[in-house]
Amino acid sequence: MHMLRRDKKEEEEGGGNPFHNLEKSVVLQETRLFNETPINPKKCGHILTKLLYLINQGESIGTTEATEAFFAMTKLFQAKDPVLRRLVYLGIKEMSKIANDVIIVTSSLMKDMTGKDDQFRGPAIRALCSITDNTMLQSIERYMKQAIVDKNHAVSSAALVSSLHLSKGSQDVIKRWVNEAQEAVSSDNIMVQYHALGLLYHIRKYDRLAVTKLVSKFSKHSLKSPYAYCLLIRIASKLMEEEGAGTDSPMFDFIENCLRHKSEIVIYEAAHAIVNLKNTTAKELSSAVPVLQLFCSSPKPTLRFAAIRTLNKVAMKHPSVVSSCNLELENLITDTNRSIATLAITTLLKTGSESSVDRLMKQISSFMNEISDEFKIVVVQAIQSLCLKFPRKHNVLMNFLSSMLRDEGGFDYKKAIVESVITIIEENPEAKEAGLGHLCEFIEDCEHTVLATKILHLLGREGPRTPTPSKYIRFIYNRVILENAAVRAAAVTALAKFGAHCEELLPSCSVLLERCLLDTDDEVRDRATFYVDVLKQKQKALNSAYILNGLQVSVVGLERALHNYTLEPSEAPFDLKTVPLDTQPVSEQKVREPGDSVSKATDKVVASTQDIYAERLAAVPEFSNLGSLFKSSSLPVELTESETEYMVQCVKHCFGRYMVFQFDCTNTLNDQVLENVTVHMDPAEGFDVMKYVQCPSLPYNKPGTTYTMVRLPEDPTQVTGTFSCTLKFIVKDCDPNTGEADDDGYEDEYVLEDVEVTVADHVQRVIKPNFGGAWEEIGPENELEDTFALSTVKSLEEAVKNIIQFMGMQPCERSDKVQEGKSSHSLFLSGVYRGGHDALVRAKLAMSDSGVTMQLTVRSTDPYVSEVLVTAIG
Amino acid sequence: MDGGILEPSLYMVKAVAILDNDGNRLVTKYYDDQFPTSKEQKAFEKNLFNKTHKANSEIIMFEGLTCVYRSNVDLFFYVVGSSQENELILASVLNALYESVTVDEICDGGIILDSDATSIVQKVSLRTDDLNIGEQTMAQHLSKKLEVLQSAKEQIKWSLLK
Repeated sequence: MHMLRRDKKEEEEGGGNPFHNLEKSVVLQETRLFNETPINPKKCGHILTKLLYLINQGESIGTTEATEAFFAMTKLFQAKDPVLRRLVYLGIKEMSKIANDVIIVTSSLMKDMTGKDDQFRGPAIRALCSITDNTMLQSIERYMKQAIVDKNHAVSSAALVSSLHLSKGSQDVIKRWVNEAQEAVSSDNIMVQYHALGLLYHIRKYDRLAVTKLVSKFSKHSLKSPYAYCLLIRIASKLMEEEGAGTDSPMFDFIENCLRHKSEIVIYEAAHAIVNLKNTTAKELSSAVPVLQLFCSSPKPTLRFAAIRTLNKVAMKHPSVVSSCNLELENLITDTNRSIATLAITTLLKTGSESSVDRLMKQISSFMNEISDEFKIVVVQAIQSLCLKFPRKHNVLMNFLSSMLRDEGGFDYKKAIVESVITIIEENPEAKEAGLGHLCEFIEDCEHTVLATKILHLLGREGPRTPTPSKYIRFIYNRVILENAAVRAAAVTALAKFGAHCEELLPSCSVLLERCLLDTDDEVRDRATFYVDVLKQKQKALNSAYILNGLQVSVVGLERALHNYTLEPSEAPFDLKTVPLDTQPVSEQKVREPGDSVSKATDKVVASTQDIYAERLAAVPEFSNLGSLFKSSSLPVELTESETEYMVQCVKHCFGRYMVFQFDCTNTLNDQVLENVTVHMDPAEGFDVMKYVQCPSLPYNKPGTTYTMVRLPEDPTQVTGTFSCTLKFIVKDCDPNTGEADDDGYEDEYVLEDVEVTVADHVQRVIKPNFGGAWEEIGPENELEDTFALSTVKSLEEAVKNIIQFMGMQPCERSDKVQEGKSSHSLFLSGVYRGGHDALVRAKLAMSDSGVTMQLTVRSTDPYVSEVLVTAIG
Repeated sequence: MDGGILEPSLYMVKAVAILDNDGNRLVTKYYDDQFPTSKEQKAFEKNLFNKTHKANSEIIMFEGLTCVYRSNVDLFFYVVGSSQENELILASVLNALYESVTVDEICDGGIILDSDATSIVQKVSLRTDDLNIGEQTMAQHLSKKLEVLQSAKEQIKWSLLK
């Protein structure tokens, strides 16, 4: 104790921690004292403590040094001092990962583990397991089994917990300990019970039947440990998810009963589980919500936090259920724990009415700077959904977002705000100008390149189409003067878009772009040069193709095509039409534009499903000369009922002049092997089946693929048809256990449902960010127009949905959203037809008593394509 | 902040930490690979400390994790778990940590070993004949650093006397 007092005095002067200036080498040197006899427990304990402190501080110790210290430490087993012995156990656990030959202490630990001194036995087991690997596991197995059922709780728990750690390496050995674990579950000690249940579940978790039994057994047999109850609730809800079970399941009864448990931990776990069940409806929630409501008034902050966080989650999907708690929530908005207050407010924003918005926003702004970025993001998301729910409130909310943009905050926070503003602009045209204004202000002082380029891109797309496009030019040109190369490049592109879209701004934009011709950065200079030249031509088609609407190819596909081109040099120039088109969803395309190296670097380019199909098809030698894949149908079509003998799905792949049907087959009979599997197709008129690529063998439950290749009709306007399909194969009976098949088989077939080829199969969806520009670009040369009466369609929304589906084209300018209460609507669609022909569709829809009337106008670079598209609906 | 059901498992604790009143590490244990290097761990501790040392509010969502904490004059106790974890379970572990100033007997490799402070203290008090040694050894066993914790405790006493 003298030494301690001294330490204390030192630390008064030296700032608190007596170990704060330990030298690693000195401490390692000191460990040599461990070798001295007789051992001085106090001194050695002190040295070992210092060593442990260093390791805990993250000091790295080399393997040789660690091994030396470890071996010295093993000498300390000779001392009987209990304090020192416990420190040695800690030392072994800490150093087992950094020293070599740690198994040297096995026998010493086994002696302690089976010895008489109970206080050593548990810690010795845990230390032993930290140095045990698979090869040694068998030698300690007998002792572990005994320890699991030991009457000393600490020993039993230590053995159970260590078994779980060990099972990471070898599940097989641990499985044999299931009887012991079973025995331990009935222990009267709560922790032993909990650990044993955990081990038991871990051993059996892949055996659904056993797990079901486990839950039903222990849900009746009342467990003592609240932790064990929580674990059982999690197991039960996982089972329910996997089985898609509803509230009639006994599992749900069990969870619901737990809401009446005496421990808060269990009650909350049960409520949390009910809220998180996938199929939860308002009815199931009715039992969980009152419990959470009660917790909201608890004096314990953690309980309030847990309750409000879970209620917040409920409010996302079922705001009406939570509105019964509004009174409790109101009390929480002034909670001293800001996390709780924030969650309460965002929950109220979801459950409350339009009239409460102003008051809540005022309340939240009073402590916005006290909460962490994570919660600020929660607030931002709440505001965004509020803005979509109450469009009339966009002024208040948008102002709030813009003041948040001006405040301090990390990247994720700013990104969330910017994305929210963008979403609001897109959903609510009235908010567009205010939103763009706020974003302009933000990029004046924005340290995040990614956000600045994103906003500049948005300005380039939306700015030219506002009533006063000129006011954005200054903000954009400021970026050219003040920012880094990536932002300057994005600004140059945005400027060019204003020039291309607004004739009155063209002279000034050209002047500004010419000033960028001498930029120090290659990319900026190249872009400026390119845009200046294109704009000089003053041709709408060029503007649309090269400035307003960009490249439409898939980046992964382009990379592969260019790579192949360089591998096989040819005289012919590289043809962009051979590159597969980009099939990504609209939202992700917003940030991508031609040659925009910035967005490419930040947006990770991922291979789309179609890229994956393309690669698989390219690997089939029969399809090597088909050219590049144009389009794959997005979702596989089921050609069999579910739960039949064989399951078959079809995906259609469209090439320039052929169509390949991919059939993914699964054999669900375990006493059969199918061989030489093909799908025979009876083609529609004009189509010819060219080749069958068979699946050589289809064993039980292992999916296999067969292809059928069809040549498309010569007549370019004949593109649709119905194919009847039959699965043909040779059946061989087999042993269900070994999968070994008989030598002899017989031919058999199985009738599948028909496959339809529609116009949409020949069209790839491609977005045109500036539809008007693209419309002018293609021109009226191959324009076709027709008027249709859609008598079966009951609303404009339904008409829009159907047209998009028939055409298989991409809605542009967000024209797929019909404004409420309107009786007419214009839908703009764009796409590329097989063979690389651009196609645009304008559908003017009007609602009348007899249904919807549609005037359809199609423009395309190919006359036949226009004809096919006009006839797609009918 | 999104939902989802936790995989049923005994591994519930991601980290346990005791920091001093400057946010420096006294004892910490990480039980999974979320912060693989010592540098990342210390940065996490520092940030966590900065967020929590002024507001004594017991619980915070931090870097996508749920952290429960308590402080006693100049010691800060933290228990960290997944954001989906039952906050009350973490709080029960924190309570045990706070009452017993012990790490090794509370949590083993991320599994809660015991959360009853009395039973934990029993497991580690070896001799009760000499109170000084008893108290000293308790702290030593449990948290690996007799002196650090001892001094920490002393400091608490000092600060309370002042």
